[in-house]
Amino acid sequence: MAVRAPHPDTPELRERWGSFTWTDENAAKAKEIVKRYPEGRQRSAVMPLLDLAQRQVGAETNTQGWLPIPVIEFVADYLGMPAIRVLEVASFYTMYNLAPVGRFHVQVCGTTPCMLRGSDDILEACYKRGMKKGHTTEDGLWTLTEVECMGNCATAPMVQINDGNYEDLTPERLDRVLDELAAGRQPKEGTQEPGRHTSEPVGGPTTLKEMVGENHDYRGEW
Amino acid sequence: MPKVTVDGQEIEVPNGATVLQACELAGKEIPRFCYHERLSIAGNCRMCLVEVKPGPPKPQASCALPATEGQEIRTDSEMVKKAREGVMEFLLINHPLDCPICDQGGECDLQDQAMAYGRGASRYHENKRAVTEKYMGPLIKTWMTRCIHCTRCVRFSEEIAGVDEIGALYRGEDMQITTYLEHAAKHELSANVIDLCPVGALTSRPYAFEARPWELSKTWGIDVSDAMGTNIRIDARMREVLRVLPRNNDDVNEEWISDKARWQVDGLTRRRLDKVWIRRGGKLEAASWDEAFAVIAGANAGSSVAAIAGDLLDCETMFAAKKLLGALGSTLIESRQTGMDYPVDNLAAVNFNSTFAGIEEADAILIVGSHIRWEAPLVNVRLRKAIKRGAKVFVVGPHWETTYPAEFLGDDAAVLGDLPSHVADAMSQAERPAIIVGGAGLAAGALDTALSLAGKWNLVRDGWNGFNVLHMAAARMGALMLGFAQKGGLRDLADAKPKVLLSLGADEVNYQQFAGSLKVYIGHHGDKGAHAADVILPASAYTEKAGTYVNTEGRVQMSDKAVFAPGDAREDWTILRALADVFGVSVGFDSFDELRAAMIAEVPALGQEGLASYGALPQPGTGTPKGKIAYPIKDFYLTNPIARASLVMQRCSAELLHGDADFAEAAE
Repeated sequence: MAVRAPHPDTPELRERWGSFTWTDENAAKAKEIVKRYPEGRQRSAVMPLLDLAQRQVGAETNTQGWLPIPVIEFVADYLGMPAIRVLEVASFYTMYNLAPVGRFHVQVCGTTPCMLRGSDDILEACYKRGMKKGHTTEDGLWTLTEVECMGNCATAPMVQINDGNYEDLTPERLDRVLDELAAGRQPKEGTQEPGRHTSEPVGGPTTLKEMVGENHDYRGEW
Repeated sequence: MPKVTVDGQEIEVPNGATVLQACELAGKEIPRFCYHERLSIAGNCRMCLVEVKPGPPKPQASCALPATEGQEIRTDSEMVKKAREGVMEFLLINHPLDCPICDQGGECDLQDQAMAYGRGASRYHENKRAVTEKYMGPLIKTWMTRCIHCTRCVRFSEEIAGVDEIGALYRGEDMQITTYLEHAAKHELSANVIDLCPVGALTSRPYAFEARPWELSKTWGIDVSDAMGTNIRIDARMREVLRVLPRNNDDVNEEWISDKARWQVDGLTRRRLDKVWIRRGGKLEAASWDEAFAVIAGANAGSSVAAIAGDLLDCETMFAAKKLLGALGSTLIESRQTGMDYPVDNLAAVNFNSTFAGIEEADAILIVGSHIRWEAPLVNVRLRKAIKRGAKVFVVGPHWETTYPAEFLGDDAAVLGDLPSHVADAMSQAERPAIIVGGAGLAAGALDTALSLAGKWNLVRDGWNGFNVLHMAAARMGALMLGFAQKGGLRDLADAKPKVLLSLGADEVNYQQFAGSLKVYIGHHGDKGAHAADVILPASAYTEKAGTYVNTEGRVQMSDKAVFAPGDAREDWTILRALADVFGVSVGFDSFDELRAAMIAEVPALGQEGLASYGALPQPGTGTPKGKIAYPIKDFYLTNPIARASLVMQRCSAELLHGDADFAEAAE
């Protein structure tokens, strides 16, 4: 797992983010989120609110977004809970970025199924484009992180870039995806295997074949 | 009341007990790290595994498993032995083998339990985890590689102290315990996490590398830094007190202790009065006892002698002084140094009648002029428990940071006479209402109004007495029981213009009122009293004499002598006994035992450890409170001469209260 630590709490950071507050749109969203939880249990909203804050920071900085210490404190204040409890949550889940990231956060899965299906080559392709684990490229476009299982083992190897998953990758397919993103276009999410729809077996179904066209009652055949 | 069987022994356990508690009731030792009686159950160290039937065929964590009817628990089976060995081996995977340089060595739960329940050798050959040190303030030294993630410290600061500042960041193997952004732990009970830590991750910074536990002589004492009467264990080596630890006493301090009580002890070796001094031509000069006695005898005082008792005194010293003055024909004795003159003919009116354990049961509490967090940090812990059970708290006085929801009603004492209706309603409708009057409340003259409110709200009812006065001086209740008070307070003494003024460790007095008197200071630290004195007779601090103390709830407790006083200093009573010879009078005791016997003969309650009985509350007087309430404690860490002499307390004050960052940097 990547080594994580909150971005240093400097006067410059305080100056930049000390006055962080919800945008009008997010303020309404935050209210709606807090309302989902029963009275007295508003603290449960800490995870969605951290996500919302991270997205707002992302929108402001044109990146995937991250959580500066003053923003974490803002969320703590908003929910009336101690800052350390919020920092515990933010530091526990790797989906909260504790340090600035680039426009695209490339999270390459390196867990066993992906590794067996060639995630090393995927990482190599990333390195070739100048990415380095735990760093943002100089043009501010890419941040590379190796992550643990993202649950796409059937379509391994995969990367997650911001909110989209790109599966069944080869170095060439990954390059195409990254080129599209760099050019400001949205490539197709999900599997990149031609002819594959989602995570069904490659080359067509091997079980429940009759179900492909229409609903089929198997009960009589048991 | 479920019946369970522990290792073949059938016992009945209370409802809601856990399997671990059941095993303890059966006399079985269950090893544990994360479980602590006074904290919530975490269940994350897995050391307390036992075999329970019925249940899954695997060991279960007994701390988090409720005991139910018919359970068959085994703590001695092969499965349990193997489970403990396994857990211990895992705990030791990342724990450094640095016991020889670890301050916890010799009193380490992990060390002891590894010896008792471990398998003896490790099979681990991989790299160990290393964690950077975390800064937690001037009292707590960290060595986080040793941490086994029991989270006792996290639970303590959240649940007991009520100041959420320690947490566990990151996850899995990367989990690290730290304060928020490594800020210093900023509350009065922070150092208790040192006692709670079962390993050497959080150890004591002032005591770092000082001694091993087996080198220390351990003496049971009573703390004097506030009026709680905290039960302490004084750990000394040779003639130096190296540290103070809390003793368990559920009625008084549970098992906590304030940072001041714990770490003011380094002040016991600094600024000490260790020889006799006489002021000649405006300058203090070292002298002999005989010269000093000659100066005192030369004042030809007759019966014109007064005595002021300081805040840290034991009852024996005060009784000896009272006897001496009595023999001289003087009754000019006073203990309320700052000039307070509340009536003391009925001590029930100035006592913490609910008792500390009792105040937890209160459901509506009105605090009048008391900064409880600073004046009695451990009462604040009790109040938190009451609030968790649903009590409401109202405070008359300037705002201070409470560790629970409380409503501040303004800092003018006059508001007592005209309380908002919702406060009056809450108090009068409560089942167990309580008033706590603090020192600032007494100074603002709120006692009479509080007493009449007590009558109005029926504070004293069947099995409940909700009227409380919270003192700050360890000597106060003992002094009042011995009659160390005048009707007009200190002013009576000043008006009498005594020829000789005996100041018994009185360091908060304005000595300008006694400009014409020969001021004899009998005390242990070169503080305000010594600065004003004409003759200084060096005496003993609380660790250097046996004594009886009465805490603010009227609990009589006895303390033992841990070390000898430095240099020429003597136990206080011997100095007063010698002064009797100087004055040519007889006080009727020649030994400490005779003195204590005489004291108990005069005030029998002082002979019995436990709560003294003061009878019913008196009728309120006619005083009305007025003026702004101002808390007497301006700096929690520097309230008495010992603390003021202590480098640790000075550093705490500078760093934690005045934000002086130099100390933090110098420490790195």
